Amino acid sequence: MRARTRRLYTFGIAALLVLGAAVLAFFALRENANLFYTPEVLAENGLPQPGREVKVGGWVEPGTLTYADDGATMQFTVIDNSPSTITVRFTGVAPDLFREGQGVVATGSFDQAGTFTARQLLAKHDENYQPRELKPLEAGG
Amino acid sequence: MIEAGHFAAFLALALSLAQGVLGLRGERRTAGLLAVTAFGLMALSFLTIVNAFVTSDFSVALVANNSHTLKPMVYKIAGAWGNHEGSMAMWCLVTVGFGAAAAAMMRTGRELFEARALGVQGLLATGSLAYLLLASSPYLRLDPAPFQGAGLNPLLQDPALAIHPPMLYLGYVGYSFVFALAAAGLMEGRIDRVWAREARGWSLAAFAPLTFGIALGSYWAYYELGWGGWWFWDPVENASLMPWLIGAALLHSVVVTEKREGFAAWTALLAVLAFLFSILGAFLVRSGVLTSVHAFAVDPERGTLLLTGLLVYGGFALGLFALRAPKLEGGKAWTLLSREGALMANNVVLIVATLTVLLGTLFPLIAEAFGRTISVGEPYFNLTFVPILALILILLPVVQGWAWGKADLKGWLRWAVGGAALVLLFVLLGVGPLDIPAGAAFGLAVGVWLVGGALWELKRRAITPGRVFKLPLRVWSMTLAHVGLGLFVIGAVVETTGRYEATLALPEGGSGEVAGWTITLDEVRSIEGPNWYADRAVLTARNAGQTATLTPMKRFYPAASMPTTETAIHKTGTGDLYAALGEQRDVDGEARWVFRIYYNPLVDLLFAGVTLIGLAGLIGLWPSRRTAKPAEA
Repeated sequence: MRARTRRLYTFGIAALLVLGAAVLAFFALRENANLFYTPEVLAENGLPQPGREVKVGGWVEPGTLTYADDGATMQFTVIDNSPSTITVRFTGVAPDLFREGQGVVATGSFDQAGTFTARQLLAKHDENYQPRELKPLEAGG
Repeated sequence: MIEAGHFAAFLALALSLAQGVLGLRGERRTAGLLAVTAFGLMALSFLTIVNAFVTSDFSVALVANNSHTLKPMVYKIAGAWGNHEGSMAMWCLVTVGFGAAAAAMMRTGRELFEARALGVQGLLATGSLAYLLLASSPYLRLDPAPFQGAGLNPLLQDPALAIHPPMLYLGYVGYSFVFALAAAGLMEGRIDRVWAREARGWSLAAFAPLTFGIALGSYWAYYELGWGGWWFWDPVENASLMPWLIGAALLHSVVVTEKREGFAAWTALLAVLAFLFSILGAFLVRSGVLTSVHAFAVDPERGTLLLTGLLVYGGFALGLFALRAPKLEGGKAWTLLSREGALMANNVVLIVATLTVLLGTLFPLIAEAFGRTISVGEPYFNLTFVPILALILILLPVVQGWAWGKADLKGWLRWAVGGAALVLLFVLLGVGPLDIPAGAAFGLAVGVWLVGGALWELKRRAITPGRVFKLPLRVWSMTLAHVGLGLFVIGAVVETTGRYEATLALPEGGSGEVAGWTITLDEVRSIEGPNWYADRAVLTARNAGQTATLTPMKRFYPAASMPTTETAIHKTGTGDLYAALGEQRDVDGEARWVFRIYYNPLVDLLFAGVTLIGLAGLIGLWPSRRTAKPAEA
């Protein structure tokens, strides 16, 4: 096979693969990039499609933490500097630094009624670290 | 003491600069001597830092910020690199270390080439030492010195994490010398057999520790974070995966250059990219531009400096590449269906897979530029990276026996039938007795296919079974790496699709059911360690005659005023029964403890597979009789 033909094939195969990957990536990103909602953003933009994975964040409103399922499930209200709130349900072990009044970022999805079921909770990691999404909130508050 | 270290680092900087200049001017001997001396000085300098940690000298700002007298000795030592400044000192130490090792071990018989490689390495060392001394100095004093230190982040006080950074840095920085070799080769306009033999060794020397480093980090995340998973597609994890993927591509491409003098330009490009992606990784981790679940001290200003370094190195190397690559020799002729073609396909797929990881990692930044806050999680990577990589995993056993130049395709029908039968078998098993999803069945088939294919190739090369142990070590290295890959795929597929998890909230004496196990909470007691106190739960797990005791803990470190989760793992032989203790909850006036219980089937196989890949890299480094001889000029 002549070097030129071979190069043509090589580039052809590579281009095809890159194109395939680009198409895959485009659809994967469209379907799976998680938008971030604060209570204020939710009030402005409305509920995302139920079942679609998104992130919500804000502060845990003091006095709203309750338990269900014999204590395995927790429920609390997330607030920010707006009048609106989001109700979050989570089954599992809360992060080490999860507290009422602290910042939290939850990954999960809304149901039809607007309750958010979290798959994962992130809280401030240590004294020097907190989820990046919360920084603007902190600065604003 | 620390002042001596500071001074030694300045000397090392001066010597590295001299090594750079003299090396590029072709003075091999002098550059080599400078490299070895710089390494000695930097080693001394690093020891003064470790010494300050060991003696808890809190007049050193770094020690005061990151250590504590009550910390166990091993974590005092590991604390020296468990922070930004100390880890940068280690980065510098490894950079000059590779320079010194190269000065002592390079045997290409090409004086000018070796001198230039040492010269480029000297300049890289100058860059990182300047960054260390100007932007993140570990040598600063505090006045007055505090009586007690702030302590090391308790999450990092762990044996796996004590050796994780050195391993990772050996890998990242190991690629600096591969980069230097590529630059020197391009300057000469010779990327040939002799060059490739040298570059292959150093690529393996970086690849093996990088593999171990990633495995250790993953294993640490598995048992320390208490989330039951081993890979979260977090930016910090992706930052280490990308150089690894490029390094894997390089190992496959450099063989073509070594055996057939082909792929010369491409191999040089990969050699450059492996190091550039290592710096990109450091930038992503240290700058804080991306959200990571892993705690790191971040500093945007340092990020800017790292980005500048990346642009300077990248600009230099890629510019050199653009200038010289078109003049490189093409090597022996080949057709698409040949070993060259197969290795080319391997490379294209690995690079495209790397690009999908890069896109997923950087996409939140791109979106943020357009004013939207988003994140990219596991589903994206499962939909892009996994199927793309699956392409080469499926092809690997078929094409690995292909000959150089032009493959003999006589046996292709046998492979096609064998592969199809295997997939069919697993899909039938999947819908039938095993009751697993089709994707998982397919994944399992791929894993078995890989292991079987690797062993088949070993047998083919040995011709008769008696000669298997007389095969060259590099054949063994390849076989073990591919078997390891197969084991990893089997473990990863089974763990991901067969994982079982549940949350239990138990009062003392209460019990619950998880994955066939009855879990009883016997008691929760307070205990004390050297620099922590903890709530320790005693769980008894019973399953059809098997009984196990699990003692997960929740520790509290007063020095850092921070709790950590210490998971308990029971190895059942086919998987891990895994328990993490959560907080105490008050439910209807009764105190309950929350537990997250996981059953992770075959998770050890996954870590064993990755470890095998790392070991294969080490075996490949061992000089075989043929390549041990000094090469002709």
